[in-house]
Amino acid sequence: MLDFGVIAANYKFLIVQGLLGLGGFAGGTLRLAIPAIILGFVLGIFIGLARLARAAWLRGAATVYVEFFRGVPLVMVIFWMWFIIPQLLRLPIPEYGVALTAFVVFEAAYFGEIVRAGIQSVARGQVEAATALGFKGGQSMRYVVLPQALRNMLPSLVTQMIVLLKDTSLASIIGYVDLTKAAQIVNNREIKPFELYLFIAVVYWVLTYSMSRTARYLERRGSPA
Amino acid sequence: MGYQFNWSVLWSGQSGAWLLQGVLTTLAISALAWLLAVGLGILSGAMRTVPLAPLRAIGAFYVEFFRNVPLLVWMFFWYFGVPPLLPQPVQDWVFNHHPEFWAGMVALGVYHGARFSEVIRSGILAIPRTQFEASVALGFNVWRAYRLVIVPIALRLIVPPATNESLALLKNSSVALTISVAELTFQTRQIETYTARAIEALTAGTLIYLVMCVAIAAVMARVERHFAIPGLIARVRVEPG
Repeated sequence: MLDFGVIAANYKFLIVQGLLGLGGFAGGTLRLAIPAIILGFVLGIFIGLARLARAAWLRGAATVYVEFFRGVPLVMVIFWMWFIIPQLLRLPIPEYGVALTAFVVFEAAYFGEIVRAGIQSVARGQVEAATALGFKGGQSMRYVVLPQALRNMLPSLVTQMIVLLKDTSLASIIGYVDLTKAAQIVNNREIKPFELYLFIAVVYWVLTYSMSRTARYLERRGSPA
Repeated sequence: MGYQFNWSVLWSGQSGAWLLQGVLTTLAISALAWLLAVGLGILSGAMRTVPLAPLRAIGAFYVEFFRNVPLLVWMFFWYFGVPPLLPQPVQDWVFNHHPEFWAGMVALGVYHGARFSEVIRSGILAIPRTQFEASVALGFNVWRAYRLVIVPIALRLIVPPATNESLALLKNSSVALTISVAELTFQTRQIETYTARAIEALTAGTLIYLVMCVAIAAVMARVERHFAIPGLIARVRVEPG
């Protein structure tokens, strides 16, 4: 009854197109996830710093941003971008741009909280020592606080990257051909849902589990990222 | 930006009824999935800490496999993949009783059960080991020590991370729209489809989600105060995921 031959027959489409994004469609899980992780983290650093800023308006704005996006489902944010971006820019945007924007904006709220917690985990004495040594505010942040904060937040950072990688599957609801959508396309032709969805579950698992193993290894070695 | 707002679409026609139905479906699927997730979470979270290697392995397999695969994939798996493998009478019953709702509920519950499991495990690990040793010294076996001592204390320690997980579950119930469960996001899209008023419909849906999250967080804050164990403010560390 179960027929895993369907995987072998469609292996290329699932992996080359769906996972890597090197096929004829604009798509690919990794082609979306990697830029989303980098850009989301960069925006997250600014949001995390803004959450700790001395200026009350900046702190307030960052808090509203974080609380808003943490209180709304990602699916909702994807639909927002899907309708708002073409409306604002007055030109059609491909699914890739919409999905990337939605993930960066949404995940930055979570990355921001991780960055904030990481900075707060650095002992106050470190900043005082840096000041005593003559570092200016920006310098002590860059040379003393952030390197230590980065080391402390590495575990939650990798966990959030894994969350983001899994979340990219939601880009398929606006038609982006990632691994999940590729499996759907193959399934529409072959009608082998159990085999296909179990197979992509294993592919996602291999990716995310190897990420968390790497994180644990780095943690034990105690090296900064 | 030249967009003419027309908020009246939200209360004219069927929109109001759709939104209400959406809220009720979201709450129903989330509540049932929450019960399933908490049950599976307590069971597998406790299993991962007992002094019995096979049980620990089963718990670890469940958590690592279900937690590390996207919820959307599980939705498709439980909705499209599993029902054809069930016995014919069960299939007939399911197909006549909203299969998408039950598949979505199971997908949400089993996925979040794996995440709850980690919360509960960290709660158990935060309890001083002497509690377990004292229970054993009093003559409890492992099952009774967990049921009467370890799990009740752990549950009282983990209210804050469990709140975060519960809110994540509520928000993730929106993924069920992909298998056409008529929950809040689905209904929001339906209003958009019928009225071509995307911004108004999405605003309504977004605000309702925010209100639900704030309300649950407020209730859970009271629960937390009520169940906090004086003198035992354990530092339960949970990674999101």
